[in-house]
Amino acid sequence: MLIFEQSQPGRRADSQRSDDGALDGLPDEYLRTEAPGLPEVSELQVVRHYTNLSRKNFSIDTQFYPLGSCTMKYNPRGALRAANLEAAQGRHPLSPESASQGFLSCMYHLQEMLRDVTGMAAVSLSPMAGAQGEFAGVAMIRAYHEAQGDTGRREIIVPDSAHGTNPATAVMCGYKVREIPTAKDGDVDIEALRAAVGPQTAGLMMTNPSTVGVFERRIEEVASIVHGVGGLLYYDGANLNAILGKVKPGDMGFDVLHMNLHKTFATPHGGGGPGSGPVAANERLRPHLPVPYVLRTEQDGQPVFRWADDAACPQSIGRLSAFMGNAGINLRAYLYALMLGREGMHRVGEFATLNANYMAKRLAEAGFDLAYPKRRATHEFIVTLQKQAKTLGVTAMDFAKRLLDYGYHAPTTYFPLLVPECFLIEPTETESKEELDGFIAAMASILAEARENADLVKGAPYTLPAKRLDDVRAARELDLVYQPPGE
Amino acid sequence: MSATPEDLKYTESHEWISVSHDGTAVVGITDHAQDLLGDIVHVELPEVGAEFAASEEAAVVESVKAASDVYAPVGCEVIAINEALEDNPELVNSDPYGDGWFFKIRLAEDAEPEKLMSAQDYADSCADEEAED
Amino acid sequence: MLDALGADSIEDLFDEIPAPLRAGRLQQVPEGRSERDAVAEVRRRLEQDPALTCFAGAGAYDHYVPAAVWDLATRGEFMTAYTPYQAEASQGTLQLLYEYQTMMSRLTGMDVSNASLYDGASALAEAVLMAVRAQRKSGSRRILLAGSVHPNYRATAASIVSSQEIELETLVFCESTGRVEMAALQAHGENEYAALVVQSPNFFGGLEAVDELTDWAHARGMLVIAVVNPMTLAVLKPPGAWGETGADIVVGDGQPLGLPLSSGGPYFGFMCARQKIVRQMPGRIIGRTVDLDGREGFALTLQAREQHIRRSKATSNICTNQGLAVTAATVFLSLLGPQGLQEMARASYQRSAELVAALTDVEGVHAHFSGPRFHECVLRLPVRADSIVDRLAQEGVLAGVALGYYFPGLENCLLTCATEQRSAAEIAHFAGALRRVLEEAV
Repeated sequence: MLIFEQSQPGRRADSQRSDDGALDGLPDEYLRTEAPGLPEVSELQVVRHYTNLSRKNFSIDTQFYPLGSCTMKYNPRGALRAANLEAAQGRHPLSPESASQGFLSCMYHLQEMLRDVTGMAAVSLSPMAGAQGEFAGVAMIRAYHEAQGDTGRREIIVPDSAHGTNPATAVMCGYKVREIPTAKDGDVDIEALRAAVGPQTAGLMMTNPSTVGVFERRIEEVASIVHGVGGLLYYDGANLNAILGKVKPGDMGFDVLHMNLHKTFATPHGGGGPGSGPVAANERLRPHLPVPYVLRTEQDGQPVFRWADDAACPQSIGRLSAFMGNAGINLRAYLYALMLGREGMHRVGEFATLNANYMAKRLAEAGFDLAYPKRRATHEFIVTLQKQAKTLGVTAMDFAKRLLDYGYHAPTTYFPLLVPECFLIEPTETESKEELDGFIAAMASILAEARENADLVKGAPYTLPAKRLDDVRAARELDLVYQPPGE
Repeated sequence: MSATPEDLKYTESHEWISVSHDGTAVVGITDHAQDLLGDIVHVELPEVGAEFAASEEAAVVESVKAASDVYAPVGCEVIAINEALEDNPELVNSDPYGDGWFFKIRLAEDAEPEKLMSAQDYADSCADEEAED
Repeated sequence: MLDALGADSIEDLFDEIPAPLRAGRLQQVPEGRSERDAVAEVRRRLEQDPALTCFAGAGAYDHYVPAAVWDLATRGEFMTAYTPYQAEASQGTLQLLYEYQTMMSRLTGMDVSNASLYDGASALAEAVLMAVRAQRKSGSRRILLAGSVHPNYRATAASIVSSQEIELETLVFCESTGRVEMAALQAHGENEYAALVVQSPNFFGGLEAVDELTDWAHARGMLVIAVVNPMTLAVLKPPGAWGETGADIVVGDGQPLGLPLSSGGPYFGFMCARQKIVRQMPGRIIGRTVDLDGREGFALTLQAREQHIRRSKATSNICTNQGLAVTAATVFLSLLGPQGLQEMARASYQRSAELVAALTDVEGVHAHFSGPRFHECVLRLPVRADSIVDRLAQEGVLAGVALGYYFPGLENCLLTCATEQRSAAEIAHFAGALRRVLEEAV
């Protein structure tokens, strides 16, 4: 039942009363004639309704959630506590710098840690999610070429395995997208790359490890091909968790990158956000970083932190948000980084990789086909269910839905697009061996079910609040806003 | 195997075209294409009067999980669109060569519809495509 | 586990990475700390900043957030879920978002709403892109943007849309009212624009002549993009009712609906629109449908607009949005209901009027603009406002936002605000401190 269907005229949560006031001096022409149609319910109704709704969700806190490329790892509660401090929540974004030195020092320290982890020269925390970080990075590439008077570069190269955000971002930045194929071994097709680059190339967007779950072994060659024609390299940090503390994107030859703090730095995904997508740049691209970010200066031997704004950064691509991005998320990530520390960061990549390789091996033993069986898995890997789809008529989607009945969230399905009937599986470093074994056993059990009774799997799920939804009807008969019956 | 009427011409990008003697033609997408896309939920049609070069994007067809461009098979001007698709996009699924047509065109002077694929060629190319999978 | 892999050490698992690329020690990352120590460190740093009584607004407002809001929003099932791609395992988030879309549509008087964008400023950028797409028949890529729109919103829109050859042209505001006056439109009547952007209450707190502006734009084939504060819509005319036919796209920041100030985020951007242009909308949209058994259920819909399907031709590159912030806002709006939200709006209006009365009672302090306003006001001081803001911070007061930074010529102007949270005693303290500080300064 919707909250609106529980509404009764005049009912309210009495505790949510403000001292009323009058709108003296406001002419009627500015006022609304009817009260907005919000629900009229008691506080208990609200609490019960949304508590019950929450119980219809899968989440990291309740289930193993191995969504490939999404890094659904545990979100430590200490980070939440820091962000909930009154001193954190009560600070207005336009408070003067003189009264903000403590807050600015936290942001500066986080920038420094991220700079180190990525091997870059400078960091701006302002992008509010991965896609906005991508936008910032590609806009910086454009700003760099323009600053050089080099305006003929119209193309961004994107591998066909890329997230959809990459080509969408390139277009938002005014570029044409040129796609290049992935070779059979999972690496970029180097010959296709050589053929694609030229004086029209502004840059290359790349994820490494790539979305097919392998490390691009010839990354140095890729970098030299792109740099060789005057292009720049953008690193999509979606998969940074795999190499945290192991390899720095700056050392691989990338010029600019974004990180997803809601992946690698364990801030909660929140049912679709908020995230945070800081960008890091090498010396060449540093002048174009989005504002504001924090600068450290000294006065009388004491550190003084201030905001780098448009005036301080005339070549900046500008601002991307009303204030300074998702500061509260950055604070959570800062706390996570403090707790993890140097050794902890080295371990993240190690255990994420160990867990993924272990699962890949065990699933292969259980009769599943790996998309790249000859390669090491990184923090994630791909199982292709093409054989099962052909011989048993049970698709990746059917497996995904049946996994829900077993109490596991499904892996990423049908992405990347170049592997048919695929599962992209990312266990993360925070899962125990017992949990991984449980998932592997569930997969084996579903495979047995598929062989004996395919319809059982094809009809799943059975135990959730809803069966498969009619998304054709959802798109053909749009119902996006509740209309009470009879209205 | 899906239907491929003999009297139409086809493109590699899965459009069909039915050319009349008066220099006009009707364009739609093939049975094979609608089958690949699945349930069609929306069709975005061009403006009447719009002009396109051969292989230029002229319309968009959406299913729940995919969206594809529909290309002008030949250089042309759009003279009518199938307004019924606005409310009933499922016509593309149920009758791709009939009520599910997309738009009518007047052929450009240099248009060469006779150079497009025959039904047999198109059916062969679809079979090849499937064999690759 | 290593045995299962036939590996001697974890290092073996990294053997595909070229050796020269392997990272050494992280220099800037300190040794790890316990939760207790790490939280204490962050607390120590944050608490070295003075706690200020907030009289600043300018897009971020100090409203009361009921206890139940974040109690519910931080339930692990909401907080640690992903984007609801697997609908059967996400009915909680999906239904909540459908309710949110309904609430925002009703508040703004529009047909449809998406499930959020990042913040108000980036939502304006997306609205500009959407308007250009919706107007592609005309081919116009020029946007007329009122100069009284939040300067950071205008700057954000410029950074985001500039690469796509879209021209943002500023419509000057009147020096005495701080609003766009109809006379200023004459200079623009002949040009073809895709849309007009109006914010009301505007950056200075003033109420724009929204009916006239909307009708003027529509008469010239332009769309109207309204930028609004959703809290004020409890009592102000919703954009859906502006002029003869209402605004076409409505955006703004949801922060006043249950989001703490938190140094500027996370907040959320909202976007509502007319049904006929829904396919040009960016971001996630949830639809109500049925499952195989015919039971009501919810799912992401119109996904063919989005980057994960449409890739380079998507309406936007947005993927992650501000889901949890929207969760909080949905609970907030349910708890307050129409009455609670109206009381909050009226009380904010009243406290702000009291604040302006108290401050303009101080010698040399005047309201800078004339005309109707909501809960923010520009005051002209006898000295530079930035120095006064710094000085009053030492008195425990965040006086507002000094405008010289954004508007050369307004160096002595202060944008100040009161919400329902400000007491008579706090207002009196502010006025007393301002009087003392000005006496010192003059």
